[in-house]
Amino acid sequence: MTEQPGSMTEPLSVPYRERERSVTMEPMGEEHDELLTINIGPHHPATHGVLRLLTTLEGEIVRDVKPIIGYVHTGIEKSCEDQQYWKVIPFVERMDYLSYYFNAMAFCMAVERLLDEEVPERAQWLRVIHLELNRVASHLFWIATGALDIGAITMLWWGCRDRDLALDLFEMSGGQRFHTRYFQVGGVVEDIPPGFEEMTRAFIKTMRTRIPQYLSLLDRNEIWLQRTKGTGIVPMEDLLALGVTGPLLRATGHPWDLRKATPYSGYENFDFKVPVGTVGDNYDRFRVRVEEMLESLKIIEQALDGLPEGPYITPNRKVALPPRHELATSMEALIHHFKLVTEGFRVPPGETYAAIESPRGELGCYVLADGSAKPARVHMRDPSFVNLQALPVMARDHLLADFIACVAMLDPILGGVDR
Amino acid sequence: MPDATGLELIAQRVREKVGDEAVTGTLYYRRHATLDVAPSSVRDVIAYLRDGEDEPWERLMSVHGVDYLPEEPRLGVHYELLSMERADRLNVRTRVGTDEPRVPSVVDLHPTADFQEREVFDMFGVVFDGHPDMRRILMPEDYEGYPQRRDFPMGGEPVIYTFNEPKLPRWYD
Repeated sequence: MTEQPGSMTEPLSVPYRERERSVTMEPMGEEHDELLTINIGPHHPATHGVLRLLTTLEGEIVRDVKPIIGYVHTGIEKSCEDQQYWKVIPFVERMDYLSYYFNAMAFCMAVERLLDEEVPERAQWLRVIHLELNRVASHLFWIATGALDIGAITMLWWGCRDRDLALDLFEMSGGQRFHTRYFQVGGVVEDIPPGFEEMTRAFIKTMRTRIPQYLSLLDRNEIWLQRTKGTGIVPMEDLLALGVTGPLLRATGHPWDLRKATPYSGYENFDFKVPVGTVGDNYDRFRVRVEEMLESLKIIEQALDGLPEGPYITPNRKVALPPRHELATSMEALIHHFKLVTEGFRVPPGETYAAIESPRGELGCYVLADGSAKPARVHMRDPSFVNLQALPVMARDHLLADFIACVAMLDPILGGVDR
Repeated sequence: MPDATGLELIAQRVREKVGDEAVTGTLYYRRHATLDVAPSSVRDVIAYLRDGEDEPWERLMSVHGVDYLPEEPRLGVHYELLSMERADRLNVRTRVGTDEPRVPSVVDLHPTADFQEREVFDMFGVVFDGHPDMRRILMPEDYEGYPQRRDFPMGGEPVIYTFNEPKLPRWYD
C-alpha cells in the first residue's frame, strides 16, 4: 500500500511546519514589520501561577519575551530569619508548593551539616521514599496542567486523580496532604504507620498501569506530537550557561542528576537510571519526565524492600524531641522537650550550601548560622527561578502557540520563583 | 568539595595568576570550601577559575546575598561554583560594606547570574557593575529599602485592612 503524504496512517510524514504555509518565521518585509507588544499575565491559565510575560510579537511569531516576576513574593526568606530552626521547615515547604518534601530536605540537609549530625539509616530511607513519591506527585501535576495548556483536558483529570493517591500516602504518614512537615532536622517526625507499605506497593502497581495509559493518550496523539516535537529547542551549551538543570537539561542528553553525581540520603544504594533525551525539544522534556516517574517507582520499591530497622530520628536529644512516652517517666526527657519547644536548638556559627535534585532541577539551600537558635539567613536556590531565564531563549522566533507549550514544559512553580 | 589542602592550592594559584591581593582568605568548614576574594577582583577570579585552571570550575550554580550584621564589612555575596566533570563545588565569597556596595558583574561569564544578581541587588542593595539590566526583580520597582538586610524590620509596613485604611492615609508616602 502506498501511503499518501499526510494521511492518518502516517501522521508525521509531512511536517506540520511545511503544511502551515501561511506562517513564515522570516521577517515579513516592509509593510508588515510592525511589532506588537502584548502582556500575557499576571493572571493567565497558561502561566502556572502569577507570572507576567511581556511578549513582543511580529505577526504570530514571538520575537522577545520578558518574564516579570515578584507577584507572589511573600518574603519567606525574611520570615525564616525570625523562626527557630525547626519552625523554619513549614516556611520553606511553602516555597515550591508542589515539591514540599524537597524544600524541607534541602533545608534539613544544610542544618544537619552545620550541626554535624548523622541521620539514621532508616530515616534516610524513609526520606527517599517520600522524596520519590513527591517527585511522582509533582510530575503528575505537571503532566496534568501541561497537557491542559496544550488542550488535552482528559490528562488533567487523570493526572489529578492519580496524584491524589500519592497525597493519600502523605496523609497516612505525615497527617497532611500538603506541606506535611514530615522531615525534621535529624530524621523524620514519625515512623511510617502500619499499612503504609501495602498502600505504597498498591500505588506503585497502579502507577505502572497508569503511566502507559498516559502515553497511549498523549504519545500517539497527533495534536500532542505536533505541538511538542521540534518546538522550544535550546542547545545544551546554552542551557548549561543559563544554569538550567533537571529534566530540561537532561532532555538535551546531558545526564546530570545530583542523585547520581553527588549521592545524598543513601541514593547510592538504589539501582535506577537517569533518563535522557536526544534533541532537547518539548517532546523530549515530556518523555524524560514520564520515564523519571517510572524510575522513581523503582526506587520506592527498592526502598520498601530493603528498609533497614532502627531509629527514625537521631537519638541526640539536643536536636530531636524525645519520644512521647519518656516524658511521663524521665525528668531529663521533660527538660529536653521543654528546651526544644520553647527555645529550639542552637546551631554553631557557620554557613553551608546543600543541594539536592528536585523535580525541577538543582534545589540548593544556603544557611548562615550565627550561633543562636534562629538562622541568620536562609536562601533557596530555586530551580524554577533559574530555569525561567531560559524561557526567552526557548520561545524566540517561534509561534505564539509554541510559546505556551514551552511554558508548560518548562514547569515553573511561581511560589518557588518568587519565594 | 576540594579538601583543605586542595583549597589552599587553589588559593595559591589564584594569587599567582590574578594578583596577590585578590585572595583575602580561605575557609574550610564542614566540607564546604570557601575562597574569600576582594570585591574588585571577583570577576577576574571567577574568570580564571572558569578558563585558566587545569581543573576548571565551569558552572555557576547560585549567587547568594548575605548580611553579616554585627561584622564589618557587612554584606556578603557568595558564588557557588560547580565542576560537573568532578562533581565538586567551590564557594567564592566577597564582602562589601553598606556605604558603597559595588561588585563587578559576572553575567558575561555566566549568563545564569542575570536573575540572581538582580535578586541580590533587590534584597541587599549590592550594585553589580556591568550588569545589563540592574533593576529590582521581586519587590516593586518603586520600593525603597533593601528588605533582606538584617536592620530592616520585620513587619515594617502596616497591613492595610478596611478598618484602618482611613487612619493611614497614603502610608506609603
